[in-house]
Amino acid sequence: MTKRGKSVLFVSMLLTLTIALGGCAGDKEAKGSSEIAQSQTAAAADAQGSSSENESAAQEAQDVTDSHITIGIPQDLDSLVPSLSQGAGTQEILFNIYEGLIKPDSEGNLVPAVASDYTMSEDGLNYTFTLREGIKFHNGNPVTVADVKYSIDTCAGLNGGEPVISAFSNVESVETPDDKTIVITLKESSSSFLAILGTVEAAIVPADAADLQTNPVGTGPYRFVSRSLQENVVLQRFDEYWGEPAHIQDITLKVLADADSIVMNLEGGAVDMVARVSTTQAAELSDNFEVIEGTMNLVQAVYLNNKVAPFDNEKVRQALCYAVNKQEILDFVSDGKGTPVGSSMFPAFGKYYIDELNDTYTTDLEKAKALLAEAGYADGFSFTMKVPSNYQQHVDTAQVVAEQFKQIGVTANIELIEWETWLSDVYQGRDFEATLVGVDASTLTAGAMLSRFRSDAHNNFMNFNNADYDAAYANALAAEAASDDEKATEYYKECETILAEAAANVYIQDMCELVAVRKGYAGYTFYPLYIQDLSKLYITE
Amino acid sequence: MHRKRFGKTMFGRQKKIPLNFKIGAAITGVMTLLILMSFVYTPYDITKMDSASKLAAPSLAHLMGCDNFGRDIFSRVLKGMENTFVIALLTVVIGTAGGIIIGAFTGYFGGWLDEVLMRIIDVVFAFPSILLALVFVSIFGTGRYNVVAALGVAFIPSFARIVRGEFIKYREMDYVKSARLAGVGTLRIIFVHILPNTLTVLTSSIMIGFNNAVLAEAGMSYLGIGVQPPDASLGSMLSESQTYLFSAPWYAVFPGLMIILLVLGFSLLADGLKDPAAG
Repeated sequence: MTKRGKSVLFVSMLLTLTIALGGCAGDKEAKGSSEIAQSQTAAAADAQGSSSENESAAQEAQDVTDSHITIGIPQDLDSLVPSLSQGAGTQEILFNIYEGLIKPDSEGNLVPAVASDYTMSEDGLNYTFTLREGIKFHNGNPVTVADVKYSIDTCAGLNGGEPVISAFSNVESVETPDDKTIVITLKESSSSFLAILGTVEAAIVPADAADLQTNPVGTGPYRFVSRSLQENVVLQRFDEYWGEPAHIQDITLKVLADADSIVMNLEGGAVDMVARVSTTQAAELSDNFEVIEGTMNLVQAVYLNNKVAPFDNEKVRQALCYAVNKQEILDFVSDGKGTPVGSSMFPAFGKYYIDELNDTYTTDLEKAKALLAEAGYADGFSFTMKVPSNYQQHVDTAQVVAEQFKQIGVTANIELIEWETWLSDVYQGRDFEATLVGVDASTLTAGAMLSRFRSDAHNNFMNFNNADYDAAYANALAAEAASDDEKATEYYKECETILAEAAANVYIQDMCELVAVRKGYAGYTFYPLYIQDLSKLYITE
Repeated sequence: MHRKRFGKTMFGRQKKIPLNFKIGAAITGVMTLLILMSFVYTPYDITKMDSASKLAAPSLAHLMGCDNFGRDIFSRVLKGMENTFVIALLTVVIGTAGGIIIGAFTGYFGGWLDEVLMRIIDVVFAFPSILLALVFVSIFGTGRYNVVAALGVAFIPSFARIVRGEFIKYREMDYVKSARLAGVGTLRIIFVHILPNTLTVLTSSIMIGFNNAVLAEAGMSYLGIGVQPPDASLGSMLSESQTYLFSAPWYAVFPGLMIILLVLGFSLLADGLKDPAAG
């Protein structure tokens, strides 16, 4: 018995140590691969010396054959089929595999991709695209107009079935008069059509593709190699890419679902780059890393389910807005970095963004309490705030926000959930009271941020229901249809103002984006959209 | 093997109290005092944030330093210990109660019910308890009471087996047979005549079970499915502290140390209780 007791004691101590030093174990493992990574870099440097004649002088990059980078991503890709992808974290990666007829560049302008050129008719109803000559899919087959027609038809629901992209229900027909021309006809003109055509969801895929989910085939600078669920996705440079080729040959996207392990993984050498690290994580990193700063281009907020009590009461929502101190949140979570916002719009949008909305609610606890009392919640109330556990910034922010709500007697119980659960329960099921996440824009059109707040929008997961808003949005669409951009902008701004004044959500900030890159890699490019352009990365030294 | 009635004084007739029992008692005593204290008093409010003392090093004001929100780690460790302790305790209570009921009846009666229940227990036993608890939590949601229920159920099989084994041994003993002949009721035989005799074995299992429960709770909170932030648990503190392992090692060290002490104290106690010298 004593023996058994001792062995149990030993095992339990071992287990404790395992938990206590769990990080160190991961560190050790990772160190092994760090050496490999380093030797690869060294090999890359050698290879560069011998093949330098073949290098294009314009590029500082080393397009060597065995260059490799491992990038940490916060969640696995939810789908490899572009039109079915949902998460912004998925689409920003698919951007490297798939392309639409056009796509955004790093300034947010739409540039030709699969199409080499396009024209729009006077009335804005007909778009004529010219297929890029010699463009090929990853499987080696040339892209034909039939593939383009198939892809657009699928998105527009013209192949039978519902439109995959709701904005594409506006597509009347897709015609291919000859083997390099595609004509898309709309039911009514829309200024946002091109932007949506440029999203990865509207990517061109082969008409005869058997199963994109297991074997994705696109035209992007990287082609899909393999995937291990919840573990990694491996990409390889597509050497027959039509445009400027990518620099690094092999990319491994490693899923780091545990935000706490990011620093360990970076320092240990398991990953070379992680986009969107927190300021605290960045501060932890050694000199081996460079931290690049940009903005994340999303709206972080406590999104409220406007249909459930007490959030169906505007006064309650406003009270929460008055209770929040955005600057304090920034100070705690990101050393003061980030841009406070007051509505569902972030600064990169330029002409649509209204900075003043940020002042709709300045922290005022007395006013917040008074509003609560008016709404019949003088003693406060408690609710559950669901937060995806893989986003450390949101988890941190949630804790500060909960502390601020406490000051007006409101208890926010944080519930950490998996990202997949968030997608199914909160986003699709709308089964939540409040959730703290960031909502981004897939295109630089006002609709990308604002259309979801229409009462009948399929992605209106906050169940926001406001007749004025619906009217303003409809007016904006009508103005757009009449090609009156100025008027449309005005109506969109009205929409934003309604969101702020009705306190649709407790708006917080557009977070600062910090990208940690191991020294020796460079070329990270920020987009005004939620995009990771991996083709611009290169190896220095 | 010393079959000794638990009811009598533990070290009544022995000359020397084993050293590991003394150490275990000392550690457990101190930990228990700290936990009891945390019910009524912590130096700081455990959710009170203070930007001025973000990741402050241990000092007189903050004995164990501060975390990334400037919250006092000592207070959070106390509260975390309390949470861990309460969860582990409830887990063991559920596990023991369920184990005694299932084990006593199956062991005493045998037959087809024994077969069926034991095969079910075998199946449950085949999965690691933390995995079972994970499945349970993914169905019923996270949170402290779900973790208690999940771990409690997962702990039943080990207790049930031990109790069953003891009952099989005792049910054929003469004193049980005489009791049966004297017309004593079955329930009385089970709970009054036999059960007390299994307590020696049961006590050490409870202590070991408690240790396992502490570790399981820490593990689950570490994975983010136990106690939810901003409430503290030793496991979740370890998880949060990972990022700061290099710049603020005290954030990880103290919660880790407390887990070790909590488990070590009970292990030594259990060990001392079973030591032949103690009998």
